[in-house]
Amino acid sequence: MSPGSVHGPGAPAPPDEPRTPAWRLLATLGSGGALAGLLLVVVYQLTLPRIEAHKAEALQQAIEEVLHDPARFDTLYLNAGQLTRELPAGADPRALERVYLGYDDAETPVGFAITAAEPGFQDVIRLIFGFDPKTGALLGMKVLETKETPGLGDKIEKDSAFVSQFTGVAAPLQGVKKGAGKGKPGEVDLITGATISSRTVVRAINRALERWRPALAAYRERRP
Amino acid sequence: MKKTTPAADFARGLWRENPVLIQMLGLCPTLAVTNTVANSIAMSLATLFVLVASSFLVSSVKRLVPNQVRISTYVLIIATFVTIADLSLEALVPTIHKALGAFVPLIVVNCIILGRQEAFASRNPVGRSVLDALGMGIGFTLTLLLMGGIREVLGNGSLLGFRLFGPRYEPWIIMILPPGGFLTLGFILLTYAWWRGRAAAAARTRELAARTRAPAAAAARAKAVS
Amino acid sequence: MSELFWILLSAMVINNFTLTLFLGLCPFMGVSSRVATGLRMGAANIFVLVLTSISAWVLNTYVLADAPYLRLISFIVVIASLVQIVEMTIKKVSPTLFRELGIYLPLITTNCAILGLAIFQTSRGYGFLQGFAFALGAGLGLTLALVLMASIREQTELADVPAIARGTALVLIIAGSLSLAFMGFAGLLSAG
Repeated sequence: MSPGSVHGPGAPAPPDEPRTPAWRLLATLGSGGALAGLLLVVVYQLTLPRIEAHKAEALQQAIEEVLHDPARFDTLYLNAGQLTRELPAGADPRALERVYLGYDDAETPVGFAITAAEPGFQDVIRLIFGFDPKTGALLGMKVLETKETPGLGDKIEKDSAFVSQFTGVAAPLQGVKKGAGKGKPGEVDLITGATISSRTVVRAINRALERWRPALAAYRERRP
Repeated sequence: MKKTTPAADFARGLWRENPVLIQMLGLCPTLAVTNTVANSIAMSLATLFVLVASSFLVSSVKRLVPNQVRISTYVLIIATFVTIADLSLEALVPTIHKALGAFVPLIVVNCIILGRQEAFASRNPVGRSVLDALGMGIGFTLTLLLMGGIREVLGNGSLLGFRLFGPRYEPWIIMILPPGGFLTLGFILLTYAWWRGRAAAAARTRELAARTRAPAAAAARAKAVS
Repeated sequence: MSELFWILLSAMVINNFTLTLFLGLCPFMGVSSRVATGLRMGAANIFVLVLTSISAWVLNTYVLADAPYLRLISFIVVIASLVQIVEMTIKKVSPTLFRELGIYLPLITTNCAILGLAIFQTSRGYGFLQGFAFALGAGLGLTLALVLMASIREQTELADVPAIARGTALVLIIAGSLSLAFMGFAGLLSAG
């Protein structure tokens, strides 16, 4: 807080200050608060379109990356255990979990983009991955958020050899030490020096798939 | 408060009363977001904006605000400007906004800002308050740039993202991690204390020398005359 | 492993508020010269952090859902009033406790750990129980850091520290070493 006394030389308040009536205190704070609120509403309205655009762009980039440039994608909400494209009136989309379904130029679904999160070495690792239910294989993986140690744990994001393994690998995944794999379909080589972080990625994907599989399968069957 | 020139109002915060290095205020952002120069720049600009805008407003309305609610009013003003800075950063530079994370809203509790309102802007004219805020804000900026520079060069081998050393440079990763923040500021303060100690010692030596030289010179002159 | 336990331990040691997030540095620097005072400050902090977490949850759920731009102003106003109310209540209910904690309470208002907790809790979308675990962990972590720092500083008083290092520089370098030690907690909770 401020150094020095409140009533230093030159302070606006003389020692024998007349009592300020309570209504003046309330009026000052009230009008200050109202002005502040008004100003913030204006700034919020001005900045909102750009902020939303940035967020949408970031999401779109991530989806394009893990589904390999689909022609377009739909957002599917998980409402009452079922995936739906259109929400019933009154449902709050912010409170619902969602996946994204990408389509190619011929309007054929190419796969789902699913987000997942799991506690890693330092903090929660968030990622998005593409999954094709027809082949049961992953399409790609992108780390969205990580605070893992720079130079070690952050290889899950920056090591392209690690990241590229998630394209075409069959689910469920199995993390193996580098070079110790037996050539089975679900194997993913973990990163030496970042074993925990890379294993977290594998586990996050497996758990998310386990959780989403019934809903994804049901949605596929209902479609013509 | 003594009568001062505009230049002195401005220069005070740069060095002699530097908010971080001398007054030890605002340590949280100084340590938390200085792992790269780019983050340091964004953080200092946001703080500078909030500081100058708040000082201007507080100084302008100081006669209207009753003494009992002045702190609440200052906090309200500061929180408003911080929200504006936060929204603007998110709209203009989303990647940096993401890197700074929660530390932008935390500018509200940066003691430098409330401290300057209470100690200066609430009892001085608008012009001087803005100059004072500019000086303090730039002093804060310089310190953050110093921290960010040291930490990014040592911890990542780069400056503003450009690689400085060859591929064989092994970065001191620890410098961009939390311990590096504490250690860097600790060593900056050590260096500063050492430098001040030396300057003080040099001044003492000069003074002593001047005192002993004066009679000696007089004696030498007397000798020459004779 | 339960999520709540992970949140608590993560906030307490792995992502310790003071030593890895640099929140709550003012009390860490200011009132860490004695272990006993450090403990009291820590207790006051835990109390206010838990109350803040609950208030932030109420605000986020019932008041601010459609007005996120008013979040910061509401949080800071609520925290300031909360500290004031706690101070008055303790003074009425237990004058002894007030004498022990009283002087620390006003300091807490400008402690960035409190506002930081509210902001982190919001940005991570924690629910009521998660927020409670987070606040408890953060408070325990602050107390741990304060007590560790205070016990080291009590030792350095008798040591022959070079004149230039006395004061803040020494505290910062000790904090750096503590922070380095706390890095060892990373990975503690990720089942390998």
